[in-house]
Amino acid sequence: MDLFLQQILTGIANGAIYACLALAVVMIYQAIDHFNFAQGEMAMFSTYICWSLIAAGVPYWAAFFITIIVSFLGGLAIERIIIKPLHHAPVLSHIVVFIGLIAIFNSTAGAIWDHTIKTFPSPFPSGSFGGLIGLHEVGMFFVTLILLLAIFSFFKFTRVGMAMQAAAANPVSAELVGIRVAWMLALGWGLAAAIGAVAGMMIAPIVFLDPNMMLGILLYGFAAAIVGGISSPGGAVAGGFLVGIIENLAGTYIPAIGSELKLTVALVLIVTVLLFKPNGLFGKTIVTRV
Amino acid sequence: MSHLLEVKGLHASYGPTNVLNGLDFSLEKGGVTTILGANGAGKTTTLRAISGMVTRSGEIKLEETDIGAMATADITRQGIAHVPEGRGTFVRMSTEDNLNLGAYSRNDKAGIAEDIERVYSYFPILKQRRTQQAGTLSGGEAQMLAVGRALMLRPRLLLLDEPSFGLAPLIVQELFAILKRINVEEGVSMLLVEQNAALALEMADHAYLLETGNIVISGTSQSILENETVRRSYLGY
Amino acid sequence: MDPRLTVGARIPIKWVTLFVVIGVILPFFMDGYTTFQATLVMIYAIAILGLNLLTGFNGQFSLGHSAFYAIGAYTAAILYFHYGWPVYATIPVGGIVCFVAGFLFGLPALRLEGLYLALATFALGIAIPQILKSSHLEELTGGVQGLDVFRPAVPEMLPLTMDQWWYLIVFVIMLFMFWVAWNLINSRTGRAMMAIRDNSIAAKSMGVSTSLYKSLTFGVSAFYTGVAGSLSAIIIEFVAPDSFTFQLSILLFIGMVVGGTGSIWGALFGGLFILIIPNFAEEISTGLSYAIFGIILILIIYVMPSGFTGLVNLIRTKIRGRIGTTG
Repeated sequence: MDLFLQQILTGIANGAIYACLALAVVMIYQAIDHFNFAQGEMAMFSTYICWSLIAAGVPYWAAFFITIIVSFLGGLAIERIIIKPLHHAPVLSHIVVFIGLIAIFNSTAGAIWDHTIKTFPSPFPSGSFGGLIGLHEVGMFFVTLILLLAIFSFFKFTRVGMAMQAAAANPVSAELVGIRVAWMLALGWGLAAAIGAVAGMMIAPIVFLDPNMMLGILLYGFAAAIVGGISSPGGAVAGGFLVGIIENLAGTYIPAIGSELKLTVALVLIVTVLLFKPNGLFGKTIVTRV
Repeated sequence: MSHLLEVKGLHASYGPTNVLNGLDFSLEKGGVTTILGANGAGKTTTLRAISGMVTRSGEIKLEETDIGAMATADITRQGIAHVPEGRGTFVRMSTEDNLNLGAYSRNDKAGIAEDIERVYSYFPILKQRRTQQAGTLSGGEAQMLAVGRALMLRPRLLLLDEPSFGLAPLIVQELFAILKRINVEEGVSMLLVEQNAALALEMADHAYLLETGNIVISGTSQSILENETVRRSYLGY
Repeated sequence: MDPRLTVGARIPIKWVTLFVVIGVILPFFMDGYTTFQATLVMIYAIAILGLNLLTGFNGQFSLGHSAFYAIGAYTAAILYFHYGWPVYATIPVGGIVCFVAGFLFGLPALRLEGLYLALATFALGIAIPQILKSSHLEELTGGVQGLDVFRPAVPEMLPLTMDQWWYLIVFVIMLFMFWVAWNLINSRTGRAMMAIRDNSIAAKSMGVSTSLYKSLTFGVSAFYTGVAGSLSAIIIEFVAPDSFTFQLSILLFIGMVVGGTGSIWGALFGGLFILIIPNFAEEISTGLSYAIFGIILILIIYVMPSGFTGLVNLIRTKIRGRIGTTG
């Protein structure tokens, strides 16, 4: 029983990582109706920027917020420069661009900061909560909840948030009610990049910093978003924790999985949920009458 | 009466294909004008050109303002509300959120709340459906929502693209009666594109007949109704 | 797209003959290493063609074709290493195993459109190295260490080096597989595949069984990539999990886009491209080759969405047009 409880807690701790990134996935999906496969690499790159700032002597929280702003502007710029001309291009073109971005960020990070694994500081005290869960994980849990609350309020209560969803769902109609769709998309990219940066900076103290740190985690982020329902930030966070717990329990109690096949758990989760519950466990069912 | 919208030499194209070959027409303030024509004549494109949704050239003047080179969102802000073909509601959002979004370019909270009530008074069924996802509305309700959303802009001009499309005759009658009321009570001018020529001519006071991107006949609805060609080709008697 | 390569097309005998002749004599003018590299180009070309059958002709996306490449490679290595099969016999088996794997993955993938399919295959591509490393499969796969494959000597009566011999084998296999792909695309089946790509609802209403065609195409696509994987295991004489990371999926995808989606012979150019560019890029700056890939990829989408094939066709029509007007 103790083992079980321990695994649940570890699952929640890991889940906080996935939930954080899942929020970025949901954000971009809300804004552009697409996944961004380069999301993880962008977050990785942001985290390196923060690392450089700290290495240059900037205090942690200053570096943290500078990174968020830089990432926001970076996301905005990527949309305006690279994605915008492709608005009417087929899905294939978008996937090609995402693949291109993955290659660019991964390779550039390796070239600038080399491939050795770096430690990354945590803003929270070291130690653990009753020997069960690290304080960084606890801190991260709350950061995730704060982010969730912010995103939820943004979409639910602000005009811009509503407009952004409208622009993603139906750009033509959005334009017709006076929403500047092109800017909404750019804003969505910027916000997603900023959230991704937060996720990266929270995750890096746990998994350490290296150019390939995000690939596996992004998969979990996707799994969390899919499990929770890609259209709902709250669902994505719940999905993140659920995925973290499932992953740990499966690793502990199903011998064939162990600690080695965790990415496969994510693969199975993604495919299963997409097949049987395409709107996720907590997502709104989308009904369309023709 | 003075002109609300004045269009001169309007060309529009989708890629290399020209659809409009230099249209000249004008809309009277407070009036209802209809554009008739066969499929592919360029009716929808005319509306889209006014709203800046297609590549276009030529002069489009809304009273004193030249909107011929403006982006869609800016044209909307000038007071032109476009009810697009196929309604274009935001299907994942509630009815009321759709109406709220219709007022996106406005900042007066009180006025917006007031206008939502006004839309509900024209279309009481929408009030019953206010928390329902727009995607779950029936065809008639969705069309009412599309019109309601357009009204939220407090438009000077309402562009209506086939509002009767796919609706049962009774619903169409009801919808057009309300449109007429809006026109009379609020003085909103309308430009109506319709397949159903008889219906459109009954509603409108002026009409243009479009054939392959050119205006071939224009005049009051009465005179168009009496026109031999129009009667044979579009009214079928 | 070159009309001769699509519906109602005839094989341009003149050009194919020239290509075959050059292809056959080439290894006798190159050193061993270059011959080996050229062999790899052809192997990539087969894999890229497989991906292209799926994406370019059937409109389904895969970011996980490294998985099928890996399955093909491991099938060959395991059959050779554990069961003592002759390496030649492992090649088609690698393809068949992948066909089954692809078909099975394609079945659930059927319900996933566009981006969701890309996501599922993305997950597959990322998960595969970990699966190969798993201790439960270690006895079979050799775990992190991988497996060795040794090629038998060149038949004695042939005056060829090992590199030349395998170059020629791969060349013949490639020609055969391109020919099969060409026939497939120009058959009823091929037209059904493309109809699904262009409008799946319309295709369905015309009586095309979209689900069958889509999963079959997935299987065929995996078959091609699997054969390429088997060949690579034999040529490199080694398989290990880290040769089949997500980066390989990216490489194949890049090769497809650069060669031209929906082009058969463009796959060969794609294979050449993904082998050569890293060599050039490393000379400019170490570690930046993928960044250069990324930039080229994005540029291609802007200026030449039809890839290299599109460029060649454009030049050809321009030249023809000029001859036409002056003559």
